[in-house]
Amino acid sequence: MNASDQGGDSVAGTSENAGIELGRTSGGGGASTIQRDWHNPAIGMFDDVAQVPGSAKPDPILVASEVSRSFGGLRAVDVDHVEIQRGAITALIGPNGAGKTTFFNLLTNFDTPDSGKVSFDGENTTGVRSHELASRGMVRTFQLTKVLAKMSVIDNMKLAGQAQAGESMWRALTNSWREQERGVEERALDVLDEFNMIHMKDEFAGALSGGQRKLLEMARAMMAQPRLIMLDEPMAGVNPALTQSLLGHVKRLRSEGISVVFVEHDMDVVQDISDWVVVMAEGGVIAEGPPGAIGANPAVVDAYLGSSHAALTEEIRSVSDGGSEAAGEPESSAESADQAKQGGDDE
Amino acid sequence: MDWNAIISNGFRSGISQQAIIFALAAIGLNLHFGYTGLLNFGQVAFMAAGAYGVGITTDTFGAPLWVGIIVGLLAGVVLGVLLGFPTLRLRADYLAIVTIAVGEIIRLVVRAAALSDITGGSNGINGFANSFQDWNPFNNDATYGFRLFGRINLEFSGADLWELTVGWSLVLLSVLLVWKLVNSPWGRVLRSIREDEDAATALGKNVFRFKMQSLILGGSFGTLAGIFYAVQQNSVQPDNYATQQTFFALTAAILGGLARVWGPVVGAMMFWVILSLAENILIELIENGIMPDWLMERSQVGPVRFMLVGLTLVLLMVFRPQGVFGDKREIAIDERK
Repeated sequence: MNASDQGGDSVAGTSENAGIELGRTSGGGGASTIQRDWHNPAIGMFDDVAQVPGSAKPDPILVASEVSRSFGGLRAVDVDHVEIQRGAITALIGPNGAGKTTFFNLLTNFDTPDSGKVSFDGENTTGVRSHELASRGMVRTFQLTKVLAKMSVIDNMKLAGQAQAGESMWRALTNSWREQERGVEERALDVLDEFNMIHMKDEFAGALSGGQRKLLEMARAMMAQPRLIMLDEPMAGVNPALTQSLLGHVKRLRSEGISVVFVEHDMDVVQDISDWVVVMAEGGVIAEGPPGAIGANPAVVDAYLGSSHAALTEEIRSVSDGGSEAAGEPESSAESADQAKQGGDDE
Repeated sequence: MDWNAIISNGFRSGISQQAIIFALAAIGLNLHFGYTGLLNFGQVAFMAAGAYGVGITTDTFGAPLWVGIIVGLLAGVVLGVLLGFPTLRLRADYLAIVTIAVGEIIRLVVRAAALSDITGGSNGINGFANSFQDWNPFNNDATYGFRLFGRINLEFSGADLWELTVGWSLVLLSVLLVWKLVNSPWGRVLRSIREDEDAATALGKNVFRFKMQSLILGGSFGTLAGIFYAVQQNSVQPDNYATQQTFFALTAAILGGLARVWGPVVGAMMFWVILSLAENILIELIENGIMPDWLMERSQVGPVRFMLVGLTLVLLMVFRPQGVFGDKREIAIDERK
């Protein structure tokens, strides 16, 4: 028992070091690839888009119409219309219980809507099974990171390769897949390299720290060569240095022409990387707009603070003379704990 | 104490027909549980499907043995499909519940008096596999083998040697097949399903299809075990297919180390060696008056040897939780979850 405990610790120790090292390069070194200013193809894309819920986009990759889902008496999601622009980063925000994760599950067919229609790249996705949707190019990650713990990092990556002949049981018995496997491995190593994770390719994914798991999940999603990547709270529980690195990767995805949708609670992150923000509350879309303008939208302020927010903010101000940051901290951690619980219930 | 007999019996048990049967069944369970994370508590149902497939085809319908063997294998595939369709889309526990129930249902159905024209009822089916010994290239009247150091008897009859040759060849081929498959991208998908089905789905893998393939293939190793059992015994008895057989096979798989190609084979050999050593040593102790009467009698040896296997499993879980062949690092990951 003792021996196995020690074994586990030593694995954790090395990976922890790696995390710190990674954080340092991204935080300190201006020359790091992560800190590069990636080209943003989405600049100007939203100039003519109306800042109202359900507004039409010039080139939508994902369109959801009248999507609803109830759990018993609770109407968790009831979205009239929403379009996601191709080639841009769209943030999906909203207070607790707004139905963001449920909506995510409905868009990716991990859950079936009671009514409504979703189309991905012009094709109706109703009745398409979630794994098929993933092979068509809509790849998602999860709020609670799902690394394949007892598989090595490189195996996690290789798994994500699409259309692998060796995944047929009969062809697995021959050697016909070996050629393709070499290509898959090469690509997996390239992607790992881009994510600065190549030094831990042979470690078990379960031995990685929380932030590294988020990185691995994102790298793995990239490996699947998606056209649209759906990130469910990619920054949750990640230290600030690693957050910067993750943000850099998301921007790089956009510069490579991949459309990104992500759920996030941290408004600084939303301000930093999103081109367009969709706000959900009580299951519906209540506002849309560019990140700079969304905070001033009265509907959004109401949704986050309640309609009697004027009195409430007064109260907060009188209780704490410290900044809003101190007051925001415990609230957001409680929120993510709630979200985690909700995610668990969904499954 | 007759140590020569104890060692000789231990060795013979380790490579016995029983060890072969449990090695095959455990290879299947290892594919199910070790690689795919499927909880199949009804491997004995596959064994019964194979055994009765052979027995009924050859005895009741008079077909030749090789036809019976093919029918037996197909019966296992059909059973896998029937078990998989309703359960594999649900959570893992449903497969466990359904398989353990189906194992008992099959045993109770085949031993029912109403079906005794077909299945032989509680008497089973006997004497349908004589042609298996007709194919025996060894001389049935001769003995093969040698005496180690001139004392430890390692001699086998021609009939035994034929059965062991066929049986261990089947085990070897099965291990090769599993080795080839689990080291392919197909095996990688199985392991990803064991770790997290949703993650595999999100990466575009049809989880249901892979689980179904794993269930059928792993079940087929159980079917093969049942066919070998029936043919080697030249008999099918319903009560040989009781629930505990599944758990003996599962014990063997865990002893050897899950998700290791050779694990179930070594585990099955260990299982029977421990049983044999325990039995023979206890009997010798009692017969030589070393074991006091108030502690244990001869009639208690049978159950106690299974207790000792259980104790071995407990000790193994404490000191080597990954089994004989397992990887310690994998267990460490389990602990931190």
